[in-house]
Formats: sequence, structure tokens, C-alpha cells
Amino acid sequence: MQTDQPAEVQAAALGSARTHCPYCALQCGMSVEATQGAVTVAPREFPTNGGGLCQKGWTSAALLDSPARLTTPLVRERGQLHPAGWDEALDTVAARLGRIGAEHGADAVGVFGGGGLTNEKCYALGKFARVALGTANIDYNGRFCMSSAAAAGTRAFGMDRGMPFPVTDLADADAILLAGANPVETMPPFAQHLSGASGCEGLVVVDPRRTPTAARANLHLQPAPGTDLALALGILHAAVAEGHLDTEYVRTRTDEFDPAWQQAASWWPERVERITGVAAADQRRAAAMLSGARNAYVLTARGTEQHADGTDTVSGWINLALALGLPGRAGSGYGCLTGQGNGQGGREHGQKSDQLPGYRRIDDAASREHVARQWGIAPDELPGAGPSAYELLDALGTEHGVKALLVFGSNVAVSAPGADRVTNRLAELDFLAVADIVLSETAAMADVVFPVTQWAEEDGTMTNLEGRVLLRRKAVDPPAGVRSDLEVLGGLATRLGRPPEAFPCEPQRVFDELRRVSAGGVADYSGITYERLRDGVALHWPVPDTDHPGTPRPFLDRFAHPDGRARFVPVTYSGPAEETDEDYPLLATTGRLLAHYQSGAQTRNVDELMAVDGEMFVEVHPDTARRFDLSDGEAATVTSRRGTVHAVVRCVASMRMDTVFLPFHFPDDNRANLVTSTALDPVSGMPEFKVCAVRLGRHRGTGRQASARQEVA
Amino acid sequence: MNATARRPRKVVIAGYGMAGARLAENIRARDPRGERLSVTVVGAERHAAYNRVLLSSVVAGTLPRDAVTLHPESWAAEHDVTLRVGATVRGIDTAARTVSVHDPGGGPTALDYDALVLAQGSSPWIPPVDGLVHEDGSLAPGVCAFRTLDDCEEIAGRARAGTPVAVLGGGLLGIEAARGLAGRGCRVTVVHPHSHVMERQLDRGAGDVLAGTLAGYGIEFRTGTTAARYVPGDGVKLDDGGYVPADLVVVSAGVRPETGLAASAGLAVDRGILVDDCMRTSDPRVHAIGDCAQHPGTPPGLVQPAWDQAGVLADLLTGADSAGRYRGTAAVTRLKASGVDLASFGDVGSEPDSPEAEVVCLNDPARGRYAKLVLRDDLVTGGVLLGVPDAAANVAHHYTHRTPAPADRLAFLLGRALPEEAVRAPSPASMPGSVTVCECNNVPKSGLVDAWRRGARSVAGLAEATRATTGCGSCTGLVRGIADWLESTE
Repeated sequence: MQTDQPAEVQAAALGSARTHCPYCALQCGMSVEATQGAVTVAPREFPTNGGGLCQKGWTSAALLDSPARLTTPLVRERGQLHPAGWDEALDTVAARLGRIGAEHGADAVGVFGGGGLTNEKCYALGKFARVALGTANIDYNGRFCMSSAAAAGTRAFGMDRGMPFPVTDLADADAILLAGANPVETMPPFAQHLSGASGCEGLVVVDPRRTPTAARANLHLQPAPGTDLALALGILHAAVAEGHLDTEYVRTRTDEFDPAWQQAASWWPERVERITGVAAADQRRAAAMLSGARNAYVLTARGTEQHADGTDTVSGWINLALALGLPGRAGSGYGCLTGQGNGQGGREHGQKSDQLPGYRRIDDAASREHVARQWGIAPDELPGAGPSAYELLDALGTEHGVKALLVFGSNVAVSAPGADRVTNRLAELDFLAVADIVLSETAAMADVVFPVTQWAEEDGTMTNLEGRVLLRRKAVDPPAGVRSDLEVLGGLATRLGRPPEAFPCEPQRVFDELRRVSAGGVADYSGITYERLRDGVALHWPVPDTDHPGTPRPFLDRFAHPDGRARFVPVTYSGPAEETDEDYPLLATTGRLLAHYQSGAQTRNVDELMAVDGEMFVEVHPDTARRFDLSDGEAATVTSRRGTVHAVVRCVASMRMDTVFLPFHFPDDNRANLVTSTALDPVSGMPEFKVCAVRLGRHRGTGRQASARQEVA
Repeated sequence: MNATARRPRKVVIAGYGMAGARLAENIRARDPRGERLSVTVVGAERHAAYNRVLLSSVVAGTLPRDAVTLHPESWAAEHDVTLRVGATVRGIDTAARTVSVHDPGGGPTALDYDALVLAQGSSPWIPPVDGLVHEDGSLAPGVCAFRTLDDCEEIAGRARAGTPVAVLGGGLLGIEAARGLAGRGCRVTVVHPHSHVMERQLDRGAGDVLAGTLAGYGIEFRTGTTAARYVPGDGVKLDDGGYVPADLVVVSAGVRPETGLAASAGLAVDRGILVDDCMRTSDPRVHAIGDCAQHPGTPPGLVQPAWDQAGVLADLLTGADSAGRYRGTAAVTRLKASGVDLASFGDVGSEPDSPEAEVVCLNDPARGRYAKLVLRDDLVTGGVLLGVPDAAANVAHHYTHRTPAPADRLAFLLGRALPEEAVRAPSPASMPGSVTVCECNNVPKSGLVDAWRRGARSVAGLAEATRATTGCGSCTGLVRGIADWLESTE
């Protein structure tokens, strides 16, 4: 049995805890020490981070006692948010939700969750929506994150577990292709797992930008934004045409190669070169590097997934991995780099509109029967599948949309595509309630705001990027006046007439219920206990009983389709939803910075991080800037058919001349999502964050501006 | 179906090659249930359509013949397309709107059409060389054309290691065949009547560098001469008195668009069948696409124009976009030859002293590189890029998308092939204090120096004081270097 910590630390006293970072899916091991008045964090040895921590992790304690922290519920009166008592806030929300549900039907109330919430919260949120509210309208920001990879993984393997292997396995690979991933900047300690491949001259990075990760690559493929699927087809074509197809593996472990090849056969590297701008020779070199490796991995992330053809694009990369015989082989494989802290667990336990706990489908009769029985309701009382995240947000306040919305752990006013439209839709709601640790841009629009606990102030489990379930432990007491999301849900559920025992507030009780409900599902957590996690047992799901050692590498013997075989999926390229034209001649792509996380609601409140990257910018090739009469450091506008974002020009010589880059962590006029496309992937509901047509202009306003934070009355 | 539904219009596609197959696919993508169009495809070869672009891989032996098939056998039935393979269209009656089709073993049958599409491609031109062709028109033993899948199989079957091969014609296809056969170990000689190879796509300088590169793979060239006589089992005599030994002769002396059927039906024909931007011939109910068609400004012999034309014609025939027009294709020729990276497009003839165009040119025959860039008003109008693959991709992308070229023309022309600037890491002593050493934690060199002066006298101490090295760990060596340097200065 694998353990990562000595047993004697299991009785960690309050005030000093071995826990995990509050940010990304790497969930770096850290220890939190609380001494008189000061809380400090330090990295600790854990397989995912190997004792490393990035600047976000190092500074994470700053948020515990940040002046931005909310410490009392807020209720809007005469247009202003005012401090209120908990009972008043809970009563107000329950009464408004109850009335709107009674007047317009249960589906008039919606719930929006987040991939940063613990498994317990995700589970409770899904149950609360289906049982206490009776609404089908629940979805979460993971749609904006992992959904394309999840859909493609399920299609190919019958199961979506981001990385179906421990992240430390990567060290033994002599070739790794990273498609649309920039871990050196977004999860720095992960980079150490790439050193094996880069040491063998085998690191291939696919990214339209020369990111810090791309700069470390042995081969950087720099396709035009939105053309990744063509590139995946070209590399697959090259692999097959040069005789690298693993025919024995394809025959014994997969189906549907022929139709997939029939599509890829039309995408020879020279043709793909004209679409992507990636040299045919480099496509062949990538194919040769992967096929010539002893062990190789293909890994995808948001850059390649956040497209209107994102699911097919991931299928394109998986097809490549399957053709080379990588998935389900020890030391090789395909994986998706999860982004949000609990991106994996967040999609497994029922806050996604089409799913029930245990990664069950909500349209599957047996799954409905099982979950309804566990929840003490009749199967037909369970609502069906609701709309996906953007569809839900896009209809807010409309005749057929949700009239009241509860938001937990998400800042959609900044993070949703076409942000201006989403902000307007939020304003059209009859009622909005938000639970958050700070007054995020979304919370600032709410009628009621609940101040909630955060990572070091509560227990809870997270499922990291390798499908390993981790226990985050309480290290400090929360500020007075703050309650956990579970307490908020419990308080609302009882006011809505549900028995308190159906919505417990103690994380471990919720987890024990989650275990029972997940039993028999794809993501079976029934054998995972807080005790085992405290003992440091490395438990990757599924874990069907408490003696089960977990499943770090689920596909070694068989894939999760009933016949045990993987599926090629025939995919072809048709291009992004929006093309450039004379009015919008450039392509904009969006992404992350090292110093910030997601919408920035947390990291913009950490001074040390703001000192690194405190203002919105747009990266532009110097020639392109000149073409638009702009120079480095000037205030610019970036305009698409949907809106205009203000940003300071940063000239970067390694940029493609047809592409600009916008980080998405900044608020108000600096929201990258003011320009992004609202086209959705037809399978996953993923918006096309990574490419839209824009033009540059001069910003005639104040130039560099600080983002004004809305004051609380 | 409601009473007003009309019967589908009948489309007959003569030709089941890359153009005809693509047109049928495009029609069914726009009219999946066949409500608007019924489609009949007549193909002369007996097998399903295949991807001609991949034939050089079949000759080279890296792809089996099955792998180049465009459609599975079940495709036609699944897509409600009537497919007649091994059949030929022998006559068109434009007045009656019928074609006469000869099936294998059967007599002629008449087929009505509302729209007829000629997509019969082109056929190899066999030069008038003594002994190459029997009196009945069939090729002499040991002689193969290089056009069909069957040709390729025959070539592959005859090409053994050490087999002497004469390739007649050093155009694009001839060079691809020569390189594939050289890869199989054949002793290949290319006989080419012009002064340099691929003269349609390359200027003299590029042609010479290409020949030099191919010579490195053992391919010999006889340029400025033609074959005079073929003696089976011996070789080819040249008209300059030379001699090329050959057990196999591959004829790639050019192709001729298939125009006979169109001409005999009275349609306007020049080099190919003349078409307008709607792909209409001189008879508005007869269309032509692909290699058999002649559209102004479209180079022949490439698949991309054929596919672009198929897309436009499918829009027009189905009514999906009745305003669709084909305006030509910014074609880029890419040679498919292992170890040779060559792109050619647009105006390649302009020379650096040209008064109208800006021309940048580099000739590096010793390293097999030749790069020429032709620009007008900052837009790329032509280029030849040989041995500089990264630049080829980028320059061709600018040509295709008509985006302004970067101001740094030389870097643009050479791409990554240019030696990267000397980016040797500065020494710990010479590095400016503001340089970020640890990217993950944003620690500048000055931060490490300060920490050292405050007492952090080791890598571990510096890490503790500044967090440097605690992210991805890649700066550990540099931090150690700085620590050593600081220690040495004390």
C-alpha cells in the first residue's frame, strides 16, 4: 500500500495541518502553521509537487485574513448591500426561492456551482438542487474547463478520469506531447514531471504562443488558434503513412480504426501545414518522436479543449495516442491535465446538469433508481438533464430561463464567455444569491451574499488531476461570522422543508453519504474513508470497498466500455466558429498567468501577486502592433463582435502575427471574456474561449487603470 | 412527404476520383436524405475512390493500398448514392440530357440527367519514344505510367533493391516517384527534357539545388535531353547519344486533361474543359471540376483546387448557397519526397533586380537550401522554399491568407533554420540584478544577492529565504551558480 506520509502525523493538531493548496488540480502538498495571529504555509513532499510550490501557493495564506474577506452576510436593500444576520439572510433566500418556485415552477430556480468546491460540497449542491429545489437547472463552471476532454475520454475509453495514471509515471517517459497545456506557468511544480522526456529530447508542445512551457520544448508546434484538430489529424496521418501504426494493439485493444483513418487520410501533413502553419516536416517529426519512444504520453489541456470542436479535437489527440498504442500500457498513455482544484471530483458527483453522483448519467433509469432510493424519493421526482452552463446563463431572466439563481464557488460575471451579455442576464434575474469568500464581481451583483469558509478553515476531500482523492484538513478557525457552504445549504434546505439529517453540515458525514450513493457508479468512492485518507493511503478511484487498494491505472487490462476495448472516433476538421475578416482581422486567444487563478477573485486580493501581474495586457507581435499604430506599453482596445476589452499592449516577438493573447483574470473593462465567442461545442457544451476574431484600437481613455472594487455600504 | 414535394433533380457525376468523390460527399453533407438531389457516380476504375495524393507513399512502400481508399465499400449505399464502378461514360447528348454508360460486360445504357458533372481527371501523356508502346497502344513490358493505384502497385512490384530504373520526366510526380524508388534501393535516373527539374514550379537556382539534394540519395539526372528509344531488358537510349540502363521505365512526362468526351459533345475545350466561376461548361447543365476542367488562374494537377471547386459546385447544385462562386485557389505546391522539403507558390520567376517586386533570395547549395521570397506591397506573391521547412510553412501561410509579411524579411525567409541568436546563459557575475532567476516565484538575481547578504549562505538557505527553486525546480542549477559566485567573492 502506497503512503506518502508517516503515520504519526495523523493526529495533526488544529493550528498545524498537512493539507493541500487551495488552487489548481495539482493540489500540491503543503503544511499550514498557525501561530499567534499569523498563518504560514510551506510546501511538503507529495508526489504531485515533489516538495515544490508556486507563488500562488506560497502566498495562499494571505487570503485567510485578507481585508477583502467577507465576514458577515449581506442583504440588498434599496439597491445597496448591507450587513445582515445569518437568519435574516437564510430566511430571505429561502423565502424568495420558495416563492419564485411556487409561482413559476421548480425549474425557475437555478444553481451554479464550481470546480473548486470540495467533493462534499459538489455532492450536496447537486442533491440540494434536485431534492430541496426540485430543479433540473444546475450546472457549473467545469463546463468552461474540462467538459470537452471528459466527453472525449468517455467516448474513447468508456470512462473519464483525467489522468488514468499517477502523475509520477510521466517521469519514465522519453516523449510527451502537450497539446494546449502551459503547466510551467499554470502549475509550475508539475514541470518536474516533464524533465524525463525533455532530457530525452522528447518534449513536444503544441501552443499558438511561445509560452514558458513551449520555450522548454524540444519541438514547439505553433498552430494558428482554432486549428488544433487539423494538426492532430496531420500528426496521425504522418504516423500512419510513415509506418508507425501499432497494428497489433489496434487489432487487440481497439475498434473503429478504419473509419477514423478514412478521415485522417485526407489530412496529409502538407495540407495541414496550410491550415495550421505548422511545417509538415515538424508534424512528421512529432509523429516520429512519439512513435520512436520507449514510453510516451499525449496530454491535453484547455488550449486544445476550449473550442466549439473541442470534443472532436480531444478525440483527434486520443486517436493519435491509440494509433501509437499508448493508452492502457504501463508507462505510456493519454491524459487530460485538469485545471481547477477539484475539476475532476467536481464533475463526478452531480453538480453537472446531466449527471448524478458516482459519475452516473441522469438519463439512465437504473442510475436514477439507485440515487433516488438513496435520497429517499421516488425516481420520477428526480428532475432530468438541464441545460449546460452557458445555455443556463444565457437564458437567465428570460421567459424560458431561470428567474432566481444560487451561485457557489464561481464568478461567472468574469469567467463566462460573452461576459457582457452574461452580466446583463444576471441583472435581469428576479433574485441572485452568491456564496463566496470575497465580494467577487458576481457577488457584488447579488441580492444576498453568504460569507463562506475556505480551504484551511474546513475539512473536505478533493480529487486531483490523477483521480486521487485527497483530504484537505482544517488548520485554522474561520473568522467569526463565516459559515461553510454545507451549512448554507443545510440552512436553506431545512427552511425549504427538508429534514436536517438529509443535509448534514459535517463534511465527513456528507462524504460517507457520497460514498454510499457513488457505490456501483463509474466513480465509485465507497471504499474511500476519511481514516484511510488521514493515513495517507494513495486512493485513486474507483475504490469499491474499504479493503480495495484503489485504481491508479484503470486501463492496463481493459478499457471501461463493456467489451473492454477502446474506440477510435472518426473526426474531421472544419475550422473555428468565427473567422477573421476585414473588420476583425486578428485572432484572439485567452489564457492564464502564473500569478493568478481563474477569475482572479482570490489572487487579485493578494498584494504580492498583484505586484507581479497587476494589470490587464494584450500580447501582440511588434509588427502587428505597428500595423495598428500601437506601441509597447500603450493602452489599447481589443474589440470583437461581442464587445471591447481594455488592455495595455505588450509587444512579444514570438507571437504569431495573426494572433493576440489576453489573460482572463481581470475584472470590469479588463475582462477578456467581453470579447470571447459564445459558440458551444455540440457534445460538451464547452464555449469557444480560445479563438475569436478581433481588431486592435487605441484606447483614448485613462490608459492604465486600477480596477475599482465595489464598496460595501 | 407532402404533396408539393418535387422529385429530386438527377445529378450524374462522370468520374470517381478525388474530385468526383468529394463532390458526392459534399452534396450529401448538404442534402443528407437525398430530398433535393439524386446522385449517380460513374467510375472507370474498378475499385472505390482513392486518395491520389498518397500514391507516392504506396510507391515508397510506407502505406498499403487499402490505406489510401477514400470510401469504405458500404459508403455509396449508406449515403444514398448510386455507384457504378468499372463503367465508362462514352457519350453525352446535351439536347436530350442523357449520357450513355458502358458497364463492364454489358452494353450501353442511357442515363438521364438534370445536371452532369465531368470529373474525369487527366491521363498520362506517353511521349513518342520508339519501343515504349505496342502497336495496340498498350505499354511495352517493363514500362509503367505513374497515375493510378494499379500503376503504383505494378511499379512497387517491379522495384527491387538494385533495380535500374529510368524515370521519364522530372516534374513533380517524376521527382516523387524517383525519390520513392530510390528509397526502395533502386538505381534511379531521371531523364528530363528541360534545363532544370520541376521547371513549372521552380526557377533555375532552386531546380539545381533540388537536383543536388536528390543526387545525395543516389538519383542521377540527365537534363536537356529526351529518350529516343527503349529496348526492353536493356535500357533507354537518349537523343544526345547517352544511355540509361533500365529494367523498369516509369513514365511521368506530364498529363493531359480528359477532354475527349466533352469535345465530342460539342463543349468548349482548350487545354481542358473551359468552365466559369460556377464550374459551368459552355452548356449550362454540364459542369466540370478537377483536373479535366480549365478555370482561369487555377494551376492544374493539384487536389486543393479540385476540392474547392467541389465545395462550390455542391453549394450551387443543392441550393445551399446559390451565390457560391469559385474564384481560384492560391495553390501551394509541396513536393512529397522523403528528406526533401520543398514548397513553391505564386510568382517564382521574379529576380532580385525586378523593378516591380521586392525579391529576397538565398542560395546555399552546399546545404541543400534555396529560399526565394517575392513580395508586393508587403504581401507575399510568390516563393520557393527548399530545405527550410519551418519558413516554408510560415511563408505559405502568409501567401494563402494574404497577411502582411513581417518586417524582418531575413528571419521570415529562413525561419528556424537560421541559427538561433547566441543565447548562452550569462554568467552569474555578469547577469543583471533585475533578471528573474526563479520564474515560478518571481525571484530576481538581486533578491538572491540580498538574501545572501542577510545570511542565507547556501542553496537551501536561499530557497528558504526567497522561495527560489521551490516551484518547478528548474532554476536550481542557476541558484547554485549564483551561490558559488557569491561565495567566491567573499
